[in-house]
Amino acid sequence: MIDIRQVHKTYNKGRANQVDAINGVDLKISEKEFLVIVGSNGSGKSTLLNLVAGSVLPTSGTIHIDSNNVTKLADYRRSEWIARVFQNPLSGTAPDLSILDNFRLAAIRTKPKGLSIGVNPQFKKQVKDKISSLGMGLENKTEQLMGTLSGGQRQALTLLMSVMDTCKVLLLDEPTAALDPRSADIVMKTADKLIKDFGLTAILVTHNLKDAFNYGDRIILMGEGKILKDLQGDKKTGMKQNDLFEWFA
Amino acid sequence: MDFYLTALLQGLCLSAIALGIYISMKIFNIPDITTNGSYTLGGAVTAKLLVLHQPVFVVLPLVIAAGALAGGLTGLIHTKLKINPLLAGILVMTALYSVNLTLMGRSNIPLINTASIFSLINISTDLNHNTFWILLVFVTVITLLIGYLLKTDFGIAMRATGNSESMIRAVGVNTDRMKIIGLALANALTALSGFLITQYQGFADINMGISIVITGLGSVIIAETLINWIRLTSVWLTLLLVLTGAVIFQFVLAVTLSTGVDPVLLQAVTAIFVLLIVSLPRLSFRSSS
Repeated sequence: MIDIRQVHKTYNKGRANQVDAINGVDLKISEKEFLVIVGSNGSGKSTLLNLVAGSVLPTSGTIHIDSNNVTKLADYRRSEWIARVFQNPLSGTAPDLSILDNFRLAAIRTKPKGLSIGVNPQFKKQVKDKISSLGMGLENKTEQLMGTLSGGQRQALTLLMSVMDTCKVLLLDEPTAALDPRSADIVMKTADKLIKDFGLTAILVTHNLKDAFNYGDRIILMGEGKILKDLQGDKKTGMKQNDLFEWFA
Repeated sequence: MDFYLTALLQGLCLSAIALGIYISMKIFNIPDITTNGSYTLGGAVTAKLLVLHQPVFVVLPLVIAAGALAGGLTGLIHTKLKINPLLAGILVMTALYSVNLTLMGRSNIPLINTASIFSLINISTDLNHNTFWILLVFVTVITLLIGYLLKTDFGIAMRATGNSESMIRAVGVNTDRMKIIGLALANALTALSGFLITQYQGFADINMGISIVITGLGSVIIAETLINWIRLTSVWLTLLLVLTGAVIFQFVLAVTLSTGVDPVLLQAVTAIFVLLIVSLPRLSFRSSS
């Protein structure tokens, strides 16, 4: 599904403050795989996620999604395959637009945004039904501005928005970092359920080792722009929480 | 009575600018100074073509195109060359001064015995009443078009662009392209105000655009104050309030002048008035908390 080959990303090349954020990464992520990336600050995990999303373009190497070469493709053109949830709940939604308008944009993520009115009664009902599946009591507030909701509610809705249109890859960039433990739990459970229900290929970047342990079927540890450890299948599921803590010892 | 009617007519002429500033300032979050130049551009194109005896329906699309071109240029400079939008606007505005002067050939073109949008139809024998009805229809049509646009899928994407850039890119919108279109639209509307006011006043002047951006800004800020007051989210009512803001602004200026303030001080009065409406909500908020 996602094929990253010999990717390097260097900032300020040739200057005193040169940073090799990604240092020759090879990574193949197969379809419906749920990959968790852990690593300390500055290990390159967020850069790697941004390289897949297209907000950062590689210095060298190639990236393929669904056997399409997307190496030079801008982020807004990769939305054909990719939906994103950001660390900052404000980034994934438009606060001054209603919940309904936010969902409308998400529902036409892979389509052109044309000159017809898409928010019709049928669409409103569809959104209500979707939102009621969260069980957060937000289904009757769809006309409300997104900015009036809490961070947890917004992250949960961002997740839901990602499956409003056909979605193959879901990128989760520390989605719970800004949330309280209870909201974080709801968001992670919602994400896990959506990934299973819709058969998504997912990448989760997280600092929360409990989440890294509980979710996903493959885990990699990054350090200095390289993949240091890579456990998948039985090795991931059979791993103990303590093993994970030792990676950071 | 005529005194207030004149202010109302001016307000209606300038409401297109208010809509334009609303789009650039509130929807795209871009302070766009191109306005000063594109307003004069609208006036210059109008006067030049009317003097050459071109019919109004030929002049109108050309004015819109000229304004859109100016705004699109600012958008291009801002997005492709990564230049601060304020500076990009100032650059285009400055260049437009020469363009306008070249276009007009002199600093002032009076319109005598030329066609005008206000003489197209005679609804009323009273000249001012006739102008009022024509302006009302014109402004209503523009507002309906902009309102519809903002409600479409494209319009939602437009509104989200100035609001959350990361989100709108993640749902597949080219934000650079969107900003260029937005600024083109805003300046096309500004040029329309130049088109209207030139025919209303009967002349185009190279200096007509000086500080016109403040007029638009003041109108939008009046509207915004009202919007925050009644906590409103409807697109239609917002646009209506922006129009109201443009008219209120002209009324305040007219009343100020009628109290005997020296017209030389008009620009200073305008600036102080805008300062007042910007700061009043904050001042009253501070005293209550």
